[in-house]
Amino acid sequence: MHVLNDRVDRQAEGFQRNRAELLRDLAEIEDLLATTLTGGGEKYVERHRQRGKMLARERIELLLDEDASFLELMPFAAWGTEFTVGASLVTGIGVIEGVEVMVIAHDPTVRGGTLNPHSFKKVFRAMEIAKENRLPIVTLVESGGADLPTQAEVAIPGGRIFRDLIDHSAAAVPTVALVFGNATAGGAYLPGLSDYVVMVRDRAKVFLGGPPLVKMATGEESDDESLGGADMHARRSGLADYLAEDEADAIRIGRQIVRRMNWRKLGPGPTELPEEPLYPADDLLGIPSADAKIPFDPREVLARIIDGSRFDEFKPLYGSSLVTGWASVHGYPIGLLANARGVLLSEEAEKATQFIQLANQVDTPLLFLQNTTGFIVGRAYEEGGIIKDGAKMINAVTNSRVPHLTVNMGVSYGAGNYGMCGRAFGPRFLFSWPNSKTAVMGPQQLAGVMSIVAKQSAADRGLPFDEEGDARMRAAVQSQIEREQTALANSARVYDDGIIDPRDTRTVLGICLSVIHNAEIRGQRGYGVFRM
Amino acid sequence: MNPIDTLLVANRGEIARRIFRTCREMGISTVAVYSDADASASYVTEADQAVRLPGSTAAETYLRSDLIVSAALRVGADAVHPGYGFLSEQAAFARACIAAGVTFVGPSAGAIEAMGSKLAAKALMAEAGVPLLPGADVTGLDDDAVRALADGIGYPLLVKASAGGGGRGMRTVAGPADLPEAVASAQREAAAAFGDATVFVERLLVDPRHIEVQVLGDRHGTVVSLFERECSIQRRYQKIIEESPSPAVSEPLRRQMGRTAVAAAAAVGYVGAGTVEFVMDSDGQYYFLEMNTRLQVEHPVTELVTGLDLVRMQLLLAQGEPMPTEASAAVISGHAVEARLYAENPRDQFLPQTGTVDTFEFDPILGLRVDSGVEAGSVISPYYDPMVAKVIAWAPTRSEALSRLSGALSRARIHGPVTNRDLLVGILRDPEFRAGQTDTGFLTRHSPGELGLPLGPDSEKLHVAAATLALAMRKRAAATVQETIPTGWRNNASQRQTVTWQVQDSAHRVAYVFVRGVVRLGVDDEDLAGVVLHGVGPDRVDLEVEGVRRTYQVVIHGDSDHCTAHVDSPLGYCRLTREPRISLTEAAASPGSLTAPMPGTVVRVAVATGDAVVQGQPLLVLEAMKMEHTVTTAHDGVVRVVAARVGDVVDGGDLLAVIDRHDDLAEAG
Repeated sequence: MHVLNDRVDRQAEGFQRNRAELLRDLAEIEDLLATTLTGGGEKYVERHRQRGKMLARERIELLLDEDASFLELMPFAAWGTEFTVGASLVTGIGVIEGVEVMVIAHDPTVRGGTLNPHSFKKVFRAMEIAKENRLPIVTLVESGGADLPTQAEVAIPGGRIFRDLIDHSAAAVPTVALVFGNATAGGAYLPGLSDYVVMVRDRAKVFLGGPPLVKMATGEESDDESLGGADMHARRSGLADYLAEDEADAIRIGRQIVRRMNWRKLGPGPTELPEEPLYPADDLLGIPSADAKIPFDPREVLARIIDGSRFDEFKPLYGSSLVTGWASVHGYPIGLLANARGVLLSEEAEKATQFIQLANQVDTPLLFLQNTTGFIVGRAYEEGGIIKDGAKMINAVTNSRVPHLTVNMGVSYGAGNYGMCGRAFGPRFLFSWPNSKTAVMGPQQLAGVMSIVAKQSAADRGLPFDEEGDARMRAAVQSQIEREQTALANSARVYDDGIIDPRDTRTVLGICLSVIHNAEIRGQRGYGVFRM
Repeated sequence: MNPIDTLLVANRGEIARRIFRTCREMGISTVAVYSDADASASYVTEADQAVRLPGSTAAETYLRSDLIVSAALRVGADAVHPGYGFLSEQAAFARACIAAGVTFVGPSAGAIEAMGSKLAAKALMAEAGVPLLPGADVTGLDDDAVRALADGIGYPLLVKASAGGGGRGMRTVAGPADLPEAVASAQREAAAAFGDATVFVERLLVDPRHIEVQVLGDRHGTVVSLFERECSIQRRYQKIIEESPSPAVSEPLRRQMGRTAVAAAAAVGYVGAGTVEFVMDSDGQYYFLEMNTRLQVEHPVTELVTGLDLVRMQLLLAQGEPMPTEASAAVISGHAVEARLYAENPRDQFLPQTGTVDTFEFDPILGLRVDSGVEAGSVISPYYDPMVAKVIAWAPTRSEALSRLSGALSRARIHGPVTNRDLLVGILRDPEFRAGQTDTGFLTRHSPGELGLPLGPDSEKLHVAAATLALAMRKRAAATVQETIPTGWRNNASQRQTVTWQVQDSAHRVAYVFVRGVVRLGVDDEDLAGVVLHGVGPDRVDLEVEGVRRTYQVVIHGDSDHCTAHVDSPLGYCRLTREPRISLTEAAASPGSLTAPMPGTVVRVAVATGDAVVQGQPLLVLEAMKMEHTVTTAHDGVVRVVAARVGDVVDGGDLLAVIDRHDDLAEAG
């Protein structure tokens, strides 16, 4: 068992510069998070409160076990769009009566809790996480349904929510709907397809068609309460299993339902000593390079994340641009793959392939710490079969069955993103550090490539090359990529599950590992491990 | 000579243990008797043998002379010690013991009888030349005759039960208007408590000192004085702080009072330990009050200043031995002070409290003696006197003794029912008390509520903050998932966690959040400044606030969601009750419902269904722990339901009656 050393020079200029830049990025993130707390804005929050209602986050806080964690997911969804940041939903993983649960709460202060295309992306991802990790789902319902102006984008795909709910239930993972307000028309199927339904007296409104629609359809005179009130559903339709006296009562009942789920996690519990790392997490502000061109030693990051800073490196002398090895986080054993010098060569790809197979053989989850500029290019490497070797790594990542966690610490470019288990490769969770970047390649490179291609094309056609126009194009492309590659831009598109403070990495990973262990942990079987 | 080999103590709790202790030292085998409510009390298991007295009320058990005598015979006890209270001053009991061939550790039945009737005793004392206050028997007289007698004596005066003691059956009367009701209620209480409704009126000295003299008499005619005890600090005529010597008694006065007390005892041929009680005015004039023909609750202060074991003296004298020389040659050395720790709420009319004593710990300090009937886990039942323990300190000087006692009391860890501990500490530290100005009006001049203020509001805030942190750790320690994840971790913190605690009559809301190991704490929407958490666990919080670091010991009982927390710190103690996070929405009680304020027995129902009542009118009387509590209506109306009958035993919160308001009726009509 090897304990990592501390080689960080906290006084170094680079460390200080990295730290300053990261703190600046964090401040921006913090400010943005602060705006999410006011939902649809002060005016709507005030109106909501005047109705004697709790905000979505207040409902969640009361629902969760005191002093336990809540990992909010995808808080930046819809950032930079016409829609409110957070996409009128609050979702995350919390602990209720000792059970890790996926909580999905509508934020009725944002356009009445209506769901736009970003909201659907967020819900789909939340339900995917719940499904993969076998988490019960508790939905706090108060939504006007689909955002009608975007119905073309949401109405048809939106049905997936209902299919997922049923799948979830069929997979023996309970679903609970606590209905605080509107759940009408299509939204009525949210309680309609949940295993347990709680409705708040005089508040819940659950019907397929409201009084005007009923009047138009059949001429029947009716009102909200008789058509879809909580009392009616509890006593007559039977859609409500529990009638709650008020919001707090609904939450109390929700907790009671979870307590009675007789929930058993299928994964093994933590098996290693969950000692704190030997070195302060605060250093994680100064270690990752602000300048993407400067690599940093991922062991320094590991030394501040893993239990007791204990790391047993695998194949340390081979393919040294990728660090692989074994460690544990909060007592959960993990296999680690971390980029050391950005680029992936054939050796690194093969080492990764072998290591991923080893982890599958012993059912150990994998953590990918990304800081990769991609696979190497160049004649010698092409001749050496870098595509084949990269393909092996991507193949191994794809067919690996142990849970994967991915954290982007720096850059994640090109096919390196694939090999290092980017979003498309279905890691159970993917988080980004605030300064990280994800794109097909760096902005300068991309602009340069486009310029060269254009120049070539002009030469091929014998046309004069517009140098000024090219410079403008390069500048425009570069700035576009710079905007698009940021953590925030990617998080807005739900290409990650959130941006985290590097100092929280150990905590976030610990929560994720605990969550992952709700499901069985079992690696791919079939072939023996291929030596590379 | 009739040697004692086996002694039955016809009593319970603290005094039973106290007597057993001396018995063990003297090699005497011990026998306890116990009611059903006391079946698991410590004194029962400490005795060599124990005999059950079926039932729980005193009348069914400790007042059953016949059962106790037969218990003594059954175990072959050759003596019975009555302790104090219960049968200790019942001549018939002394007589029954002797008739059964069992030694009664106490004076003769004749002496008990002579002193037991206060009226007869006064006559006897007058003959012996003992100074008396003017007074008269009013038994059997009509209101006018009583008033005429009272006018002769002058107001203010006191109505007292002739057979009374401990303040029961006693009423003060300021003027003629209050006289008839005072006489009637004193008679009622006396009849219930002592089986004898005889009461008399007596001139009342306003705020006198209460000074008593301990005497011992042997069977050979020797009576000695063991000096005085000052017992002026009283609430509702119940002594709560006693000391010896009295700061108001000079050496010549001490000798004079000693002679008077010896004369009083000798007049009835007193044998054993007894106490002659006097009231004393500010000029040092003293008047005979009564003689207690038993061991007093406060006897330890005499023991500590004389070095004598009074129970040992009692047992020796009961065996017929002559007065031991250490008693006849006794001198006062140093100063002793006793505080009676009661399970009662000084901030709420001294209402007795019941429940389990969760923790009962005193630091072992030289010169401190704790005579207690309880230990951790003991239950204070509603059936008997709510005294929990006597805490006694000795020191060379009065001032040191007071400091030692107040320090020990304030540092003690006493968790469970509310006690008068803070009041005791407040009195012991009060400048007037420390100056020796200790008359019986002390607790009239000083509000017990203020004197016994458990903690200043600022200290209370620190205690609730500490309790909240300890509770958070307790919850974390009980977590079954994510055990090692930081407490209350959030990546998008929207609000702090809150815990609301009930402290006495007020509530405090603590809001807290941990951010990367640093805690931010607010109490009642105000942040505590300069908070540094040096250490925290489920039972101990090392917290610095505004530059001062203190350790808070926290004991939490019950489910975390509605737990009770006991917090001790250098600032004091407080007991907190958590308000549940989510209170159950229940059907509201119907308006006008009157519920029992405490557990007790209904002794009188004054109204019937359909009666019209006015605000403040007594509806019924509840007796709890020997005190009568009148339940009155808070508003005018009509009695719709009377849910209790005389004799019913009710629990706190039980419905007693429902009064419809007039406006309710109007609406209904």
